[in-house]
Parts: sequence; C-alpha cells; structure tokens
Amino acid sequence: MMQPGLYHILFISTALFFIGVFGFFTRRNLITMLMSVELILNSVNLNFIAFNKYLWADKLDGLFFTIFIIAIAAAEAAVAIAIIINLYRSHHSIDVDNAEEMKY
Amino acid sequence: MLNATYIVLIPLLPLAAFLLLGLFGRKYFKNSSGIIATILLLAATVLAMYTAYGYFFEYGKVNGIYEKLVPLKYTWLQFSEGVSIDMGVLLDPITCMMLLVITFVSLMVHIYSLAYMKGEKRFATYYSFLGLFTFSMLALVLSSNIFQIYIFWELVGVSSFLLIGFYYDKPSAVAACKKAFIVTRFADLGFLIGILMLSFYAGTLDFNTLVERLTSPGSAELNTALSSSFMGISALTWAMILVFMGAAGKSAMFPLQIWLPDAMEGPTPVSALIHAATMVVAGVFLVARLFPVFALSAPEALQLVAYVGAISALLAAIIACTQTDIKRILAFSTISQIGYMMFALGVSKYGGESGLGYTASMFHLFTHAMFKALLFLGAGSVIHFIHSNEMKDMGGLRKYLPVTHITFLIACLAIAGIPPFAGFFSKEEILSAAYQNNIIIYWIGLFTSGLTAFYMFRLYFGIFWSKAPSLKERAGGEAHAHGEGGFAMLLPLILLGIGAAAAGFIPFGNFVSSDGTPLESPFHLNMTIAPVAFGLIGIFFAMWLYKKQNNKPDKIAASINGLYKAAWNKFYFDELYLFVTKKILFNLVARPAAWIDKNVVDGLVNATGNTTMFISKKIKGMQSGKVQQYAAYFLVAAIAMAVLFIYWWK
Repeated sequence: MMQPGLYHILFISTALFFIGVFGFFTRRNLITMLMSVELILNSVNLNFIAFNKYLWADKLDGLFFTIFIIAIAAAEAAVAIAIIINLYRSHHSIDVDNAEEMKY
Repeated sequence: MLNATYIVLIPLLPLAAFLLLGLFGRKYFKNSSGIIATILLLAATVLAMYTAYGYFFEYGKVNGIYEKLVPLKYTWLQFSEGVSIDMGVLLDPITCMMLLVITFVSLMVHIYSLAYMKGEKRFATYYSFLGLFTFSMLALVLSSNIFQIYIFWELVGVSSFLLIGFYYDKPSAVAACKKAFIVTRFADLGFLIGILMLSFYAGTLDFNTLVERLTSPGSAELNTALSSSFMGISALTWAMILVFMGAAGKSAMFPLQIWLPDAMEGPTPVSALIHAATMVVAGVFLVARLFPVFALSAPEALQLVAYVGAISALLAAIIACTQTDIKRILAFSTISQIGYMMFALGVSKYGGESGLGYTASMFHLFTHAMFKALLFLGAGSVIHFIHSNEMKDMGGLRKYLPVTHITFLIACLAIAGIPPFAGFFSKEEILSAAYQNNIIIYWIGLFTSGLTAFYMFRLYFGIFWSKAPSLKERAGGEAHAHGEGGFAMLLPLILLGIGAAAAGFIPFGNFVSSDGTPLESPFHLNMTIAPVAFGLIGIFFAMWLYKKQNNKPDKIAASINGLYKAAWNKFYFDELYLFVTKKILFNLVARPAAWIDKNVVDGLVNATGNTTMFISKKIKGMQSGKVQQYAAYFLVAAIAMAVLFIYWWK
C-alpha cells in the first residue's frame, strides 16, 4: 500500500473545508450550520497537523495551534448554542430564513 | 480754528438722535422723542452757525480768497499708495452755506412735526428717521473724499426711502418709496462708474487733490484723461457725464424726474425737508463741488448740465400748470427750480466775473430752501386743516388760516421773483448769467419764470381765494374747523417767512464764488425788468382766471386740449418707464434669468440628489438580512484577497 503523502491529506482537508462551507451556505437549520462550522474548523486542524508532520517534523508549533483551535471551537460552540436558544425564544423557530430583521 | 473736532459734532448729534430714538424711543421716549430730537438739532444748528461764522469771517479767507480747508482727515481704507477712502471734513464756502441751510430747515421741520405728527403711533420712529436723514445730509456736505460722499449719498437715499414709505400700510406709499430708491440707485450706478473713472485717472479719491490734478493745465493726469477717448468724447468728459447722471437722479432732473412727484406720499414735513430743501439739492451740490473739473476740463459735460437743467425747468413748469394735488404742484415746482440751479451752473465759467452762474446757482439754492420749505409747511398746515390734498376741496381759506395765508403769499411772491423778496435777487442773477453765456437758455428761463408765477398763483388763489364749498361739504364731509394748528406749526412758518423775505439782501457773491475770490454782485437794473415783467404777467393771468370761480380755465384747457392732456398726464413719462421695465426688461432679461435659475441651476442640484438616490436604491439590495448571503460575500472577498496577496503582491 502507498504511504500517504502530504498532498493526500491536503486534498482531504480541502474537501472537508468546502463541504463545510457548502453546508454553512445552504442549510436552513441553525444547528446544522453550527455543525458545518465545526467541520470547517476541523479541516483547518488537519491542515496544520499535515504541515507540521511533513514540513517541520522537529517542531511542535502546528500541534500547539491545533490544540488552541480545538479549545476555541468548543467555546465558540457553547456561545453559538446560547445564541440559538435566545433566537428560538423570540422567533419560536430555528430556521435561519426567519431571522431577517436586519433587512434594509 | 484748528481745534476742529466740534465740527464733527454737527452731524453726530442727529446721529445720536437716530440711535437713541431708534433703539429706545418706542419704549421709553414715546412722547418726549420730539423734544429730544429738536434739542439735539438745536445744538447742531448753533454749532453750524458758529462754524459758518468762523469760516466766513475769521479764518476762511486766506489772502482774500476763500480756501478749501481740510481740518480733519482719517485714512480708513488704503487701496494703494495714493488711493484711499478717507473720512474727513472739508470746509468750503458752499459747505458752510449748506450746513446752515440743512440745520435750519431741519430744525424748522422738527419743530413743525411736534404739532403735525402729534398723536402718531410711530412718533419716535419718525424722529429717529429724521435724525438719520439729517446726519447723512450733513455728513454728505462735509465730505472731503469722493467715495465718502458716495457713502452718504446712498445713506441719504435710504433715509428718503424710509421716510417716504413711513405710512407703510398704504400701498401707494410703498410703491412710491420703492420707485424713489430704485430710480436713484440706478442713477448712482452712473455715479459710481464716474467715481471709478475719476479716481483711475487722477490717482486719488480726495477732492482737493483730484480737482487740482484734473484742472491744472500741464498735469500728467489731465493729459491722459483727455487723450483717451471713446466714441469721440474724452474719457474725462464721460466720467463727468456719468457723475452728472448720479446728480440728475438725485435731483430729479429730466429724464429721471419720475420719482419726485410720487415721493409726496410721505408726511408733509418730510417733503419739506427732503424733497424741497435738502436732499434734492445734493445733485446740484455735487456738480458745484466738482465745478472746476466741469468748467476747465470737461466743458461739453457742462453743456449737457445746462440743457438738462433748462429742459427740466420748462417741462416741470408746464406740467405744474395742470395738476390739482397741491403737493404734486409743489413737487413739480421743485423740479423746475432745481432745473434753474442746474442750468445756472451749466452756463457758468470758472473764475472771477464769468463765474456768476455758480454764485447765482448757490444763492438760488439758499433762497429756494427757505421759500420751498415754507411752501410745503404751509401746504401741510392747509392739509392738516382740510384733511385733503386736492385743490377742489379748498378755497376761501384765508379767513380760517391767517398766518398760513400771509406766509404762503410771501413764499409765492418770492418764488415768482417779485422784489424785494428773496427769489427776485437769486433769479435775476441766474438770468443775468444765462444772458451772458447762452441766449436760448436765457429765453427758456425767462418763459419758465412766467409759468412759475402763473402756476404758483393759481395754487395760491385756488387755496385761499376762489369761492369754495362750505366747510361741511369739503373732502366728503371730513373737514371741520379746528383752528390753524398750534404755535409749533406757526413758528417755523414765521421764521421761514422772515428768511424768504430777507435772504435776498445777503451779498452772496462776497462769500460764495466759483474760485473763492469775492464777486461783486452785479445788479443791472435793465436785466431785472424782464423777469419781473414776466412774473407780474403770470400773476395777473392767474388772478384773472382763478381769483373768483369761473369757467375760463376750462375753456382755455379745452382749446389746447392735446397739450393740456399731455401735461396733465405728466407727459406720459411714468407710462414710458413702466413700458420699458415691464415689457422689455422683465420679458427679455428677467424672465429668462428666472428660467435659468429655476431650471438649470436648481435642476443641476436636484439632478445630483436624484442620481444619488437612484444609486443608493440599487445598492441597498445588498443588505438582505440573510446571514448566509453575508457569509458568501465574505468568502468571495477572502478568496480574492488571498489571490491578490499570494500571486500578485510583490
């Protein structure tokens, strides 16, 4: 079996990124949009680790940044859930198309 | 002499009256404003008399010639090395004479108005305007700088505007004051251009320097001014013609005389002060002030002055013979007499004996102020009694108004040129000067003096003699016999009557002459016969027609119907001016200008606004409220920036 090279992992992470972006743009459910955001963040993590292992094998910078992103993603998910709950309380729906008050 | 600061007080005291009564009069000085203004003016009159006495008898005469002294001068706006607008005082024989005339007549009007305007709601405002006028006129005659005279010229016009339109709820008064101001302002355009031209050629705005540079035979400025010419007339002559245009407008000379008859809408004491004795002679004063330049360097302009004066005198006299409103008759009489003053200046030469016209003109100005103010105040007394301006409501008033009757008679005799009253002396001098220089103008003047006597005595007999409807039937039942009017109304009449009777005996030539050297007033007995004869013919003709009521005037009017109608309509000048302004100026100039303003200028601004709104409407669609759309824009921008910075940025 072929050893996975850098490009294989980069391909996966790019694909995951754009799947996440697509999901963010097209889903109507706010929680599903949140899941897409998590997907984007994780794809970035993969990107960092890949570059860390294949280009700078004797340093740990990429690893540390990845751990930061994991922590921040978790915090951000908590905040996002709080916002969604508040939005539900006023709109009684978690459909993002119903939250159009900032229209001109 | 040189401690001359008290001279500045002469115009400043009426200015103080204006400010005090204008700002505080309505609230604090409701009834005492007349007294305050009169006292201030009395002080100014005393100072003026002191100044004049000092000038004429103590320090004015240097080596036998009356000098033009400049005791005070303050440089105000300096434009360049020699050209600056100074505020200064110039003392000169005509200035001192004008100081006396203005303060005296203004004092008489102030005293008279105490009774005439009593009970008027805006009493304090009236006196404050009178103060403003007196200040402006006094400062005008004291000006040492041609631009300073322009400033006060305009101020006098403003005061006249305020006073003519004093009864501002009468539409005719409002129209009259607008007309007066616009006509004189239009004339002042010419005056301003003339000032600019004169200051350009002479390199100065100061009167003494300007006159000297433009009259000394070899001066460089004079040569440049005379050599540049336009359409065959030298630049200096054009400048003097333009300055004369300003003078003609202010003095209501043909063809700018249309405003003066309408200006009679103002209160009668105002007419006496402004439109008889003082403001309207400002034009004559200006020509006299610049007389050396006119006579020595621009004689064609002086010819124009002479003919314009003569035409105005004749035209106004003809019109006055047909009018029925007593104030209008006096207004046309004023135009006619100022015409006399103008043509007297016009036929005069400069220096010594040949400058007789100048002296005669100034003498006539002096005596005219006396008897014209007297006529107007007398007319005011009649109007106060009868409550109407029209001659048809008057007649037989000599029983009810004895003092007015006698003083009015004195004034009429003076204006008709009957000895020994003042007008005889001044008119005789004018006609002598005309006889020596221009025979046509002499005959015009002579004929006009006959007409003058005729229409003045038509007025006199019409008011005081011819049989009249009873008091009850006059002025639609409005008149009622309430006596002649208090002491405050009669005192000025008496004082002015004394002036009109006695002023002729002043040896004017000793004081005022074209170059300052005393002029022996030549009294040729044979020259006096013709004017007096014409005057007497006029008086007896008027007596024959008007002393008793009859139908002879109507028959005569019917026989010269065309001329009579034209004169009655003031020779259609008002209609002509209205035609020119409405049909030509409004339609060809004003309407297109208004169209451009509304459609092009406003249109441009509106178009900018509309375009902005259109663009904004198109852009605002970007803010749709959909978060996912915003995120999409964000992503596109991020990718674009990434491409830019990774691949293109060097």
